[in-house]
Amino acid sequence: MANAKTIMNGFAQALWLSQGVASDLIPLLQAAQEAYGYVPERVMEVISGVTEIPMADVYGVVTFYTQFRLTPRGDMVIKVCNGTACHVNGSTMLESTIEDVLGISRDQTDDDGLFTLESVNCVGCCSLAPVIMVNDETYGSLTPRKLTSLLKRLRREVLDARLNASTEVEVSE
Amino acid sequence: MKRIIVGTATCGIAAGAGKVLNALNDWAGEAGEGEVTVLETGCIGLCYAEPLVELQDGTDCRLYGGVTPAMALALAKGEEHPDLLPNQLWSKVESGHATIFGDAPRIALGRCGFVDPGSLADYLDTGGFQAQRRMLDEMEPQQVIDEVVASGLRGRGGGGFPTGTKWKFAAAQDNDVKYVICNADEGDPGAFMDRSLLEGDPFSVLEGMVICGYAIGAAKGIIYCRAEYPRALMRLRDAIEQARAANFLGQNVCGSNFSFDIRVKEGAGAFVCGEETALMASVEGQRGMPRFRPPFPAVKGLFGKPTNINNVETFANVGWFLGSGAPMYAEVGTDGSKGTKVFALAGKIQRGGLVEVPMGTTINQLVLDIGGGVPEGHTFKAVQMGGPSGGCIPASMGDLAIDYENIVKTGAIMGSGGVIIMDDTTCMVDVARYFLSFTQAESCGKCTFCRIGTKRMLEILESITAGEGKDDDIDKLLDLCEKIKVSTLCGLGQTAPNPVLTTIKYFRSEYEAHIRDKKCPAHSCNALVLYSILPDKCTGCALCTKNCAVGAISGERKGLHVIDQQACIQCGKCITVCNFNAIIKE
Ligand SMILES: Cc1cc2nc3c(=O)[nH]c(=O)nc-3n(C[C@H](O)[C@H](O)[C@H](O)COP(=O)(O)O)c2cc1C
Ligand code: FES
Repeated sequence: MANAKTIMNGFAQALWLSQGVASDLIPLLQAAQEAYGYVPERVMEVISGVTEIPMADVYGVVTFYTQFRLTPRGDMVIKVCNGTACHVNGSTMLESTIEDVLGISRDQTDDDGLFTLESVNCVGCCSLAPVIMVNDETYGSLTPRKLTSLLKRLRREVLDARLNASTEVEVSE
Repeated sequence: MKRIIVGTATCGIAAGAGKVLNALNDWAGEAGEGEVTVLETGCIGLCYAEPLVELQDGTDCRLYGGVTPAMALALAKGEEHPDLLPNQLWSKVESGHATIFGDAPRIALGRCGFVDPGSLADYLDTGGFQAQRRMLDEMEPQQVIDEVVASGLRGRGGGGFPTGTKWKFAAAQDNDVKYVICNADEGDPGAFMDRSLLEGDPFSVLEGMVICGYAIGAAKGIIYCRAEYPRALMRLRDAIEQARAANFLGQNVCGSNFSFDIRVKEGAGAFVCGEETALMASVEGQRGMPRFRPPFPAVKGLFGKPTNINNVETFANVGWFLGSGAPMYAEVGTDGSKGTKVFALAGKIQRGGLVEVPMGTTINQLVLDIGGGVPEGHTFKAVQMGGPSGGCIPASMGDLAIDYENIVKTGAIMGSGGVIIMDDTTCMVDVARYFLSFTQAESCGKCTFCRIGTKRMLEILESITAGEGKDDDIDKLLDLCEKIKVSTLCGLGQTAPNPVLTTIKYFRSEYEAHIRDKKCPAHSCNALVLYSILPDKCTGCALCTKNCAVGAISGERKGLHVIDQQACIQCGKCITVCNFNAIIKE
């Protein structure tokens, strides 16, 4: 999270630049989600105050769009594509492989907050189906076997990243 | 100097083009300085062979597929590489670009895969913004509209509404503020034409929008692009900035007294927001619920102002013929559907990718000649066109010429150009179930029949695929289809039954096999297949036994293993772990 500060500023900046009009609502929520990984209730209150949109309507918009989350997500977000091309090429098998290997099912985060599993309707790489997306990286032409080794590698990576982050904090303190 | 070009659209990156590009750039920065130029380009079209690298040495152009960083370096240095086999080499013309269609022009994709999408200079060198310049110098708005009408261009977003007529409506409105919206929501799962266009040639979409703005008298443009396309968004924002800096956008465009600017709005993940009135509600910051029409957007659209909304590909076509003449455009295609269409081929296909063909091309030409047919050992069964609003067309109708009217006659729709190919391993009932689960989840909930009707249909389809179908299920489905079609407000509900209707129409026997015989002819519905182990292939490695969640497989080590059918839950895990293809479904 080296650039956590700059992203935070992104949300603060979006708030600052907002004209307080209704059409700013979705971009503000997007900036908030970018900063916090989800949309905390406090943020909804702040946005409601700035745009003068009633809290109930803000909540209505947050729950309408699949992009917005009300709970924090894991360090790595795995999105299994469930588009048509991926479906005919076996995306269901990929999802059950992830369930097996990581022990989480759709829209769940593991207890350590490492991984979140989500489903997405096509990421536009259909000719490489079946496809998954991990954070912003896309992996295509997967089989359950390839995916299993990928997941193992990702687990190592995410644990390493945690370890590094915690030592960095110790050093700077 | 040699030029080496890497295809870095999303599909290329997913296949590893990023690493190839980095390796080349690192090398070019040090040792290879002055010897080669490393460049990027958009989607070349042969997505199945990504990562793609093109080597240009004077007039000699070679395109290589499946390139690793090491192979790319060898290419750049002019060295041999043991893995660079001849079958990885194509000439660009005979590749995805459909030589069988002779001299049919590439219109929308003319630059895609040929120019650097991040370079305004490349765009200008290939005739970009000429149409816009000429229009601002010489043409009246009415003339622009006349030319669009004469071209016969129809909207590429799915419905095929004549673009010229649409612009005429918006132009006729008397209002100081009007909007041009580019619909880049591309919600159809399994389609990637708009993404490829935005990533491969973003300027052409901007130019189309400026032309539209001038024609209808609008000063503001908005591109609504789905958030799942980070690369397309990046390319768009970059292109807008460059165009603005060079005065192709902004105040007094190209020194004329016409001003036009474009903003990008990111979608937030809702399929229904591809529908034009829902899209506008979303831009206004509301839940993306469709509104009643009339009033049409041309009269009362975004923020209550007259608005013209078109698809990405529609806009990308405009600059081409405003530059080279509408009659030429109208010569390509069929009587009712002019020009070319971009298709995204995916699913059970050998050469999946992005192609542009003239309207009137047959399904077989598209799937067999260009796409190379289904994987070896399988038979081509159907194509699905039009996504959740479309339907499945059986392989037996492969000689059908693709145009708006012909496709509608089959019960499917042209849609935006996503073509999913299906073979004998695809269960058509499962496909119908899949699409209903999609529309059911994406219904905004406003209309009762769309909200609850699709749910009931999904339940019936789920029970059929689970082997619990009843004899009157097909009739019940047909009845619900009829009711949903007539009692919903927007296209999502009205077309949601199409996948079910077409699969019942052309593949009724598959439904009956599921319901009566409790069999899935494609061996795809887990509940209806039996797994067994082939004695002559089983090596007794016991990998399946280890992986079976319910302990249904037993056998001596190094001896034959068997599956206890009573205990088996048909999860299919054993097939995926077996190294010897010893487990089969029947
Ligand atoms: C449920 C639904 C989803 C749609 N999704 C899209 C889409 O993703 N992209 C698009 O261009 N048009 C989509 N449309 C069609 C648009 O409403 C609109 O007709 C189109 O953008 C008009 O552009 P055109 O005239 O250039 O085709 C959708 C329509 C419906 C009913
Ligand atoms: S269907 Fe999965 S990437 Fe398009």
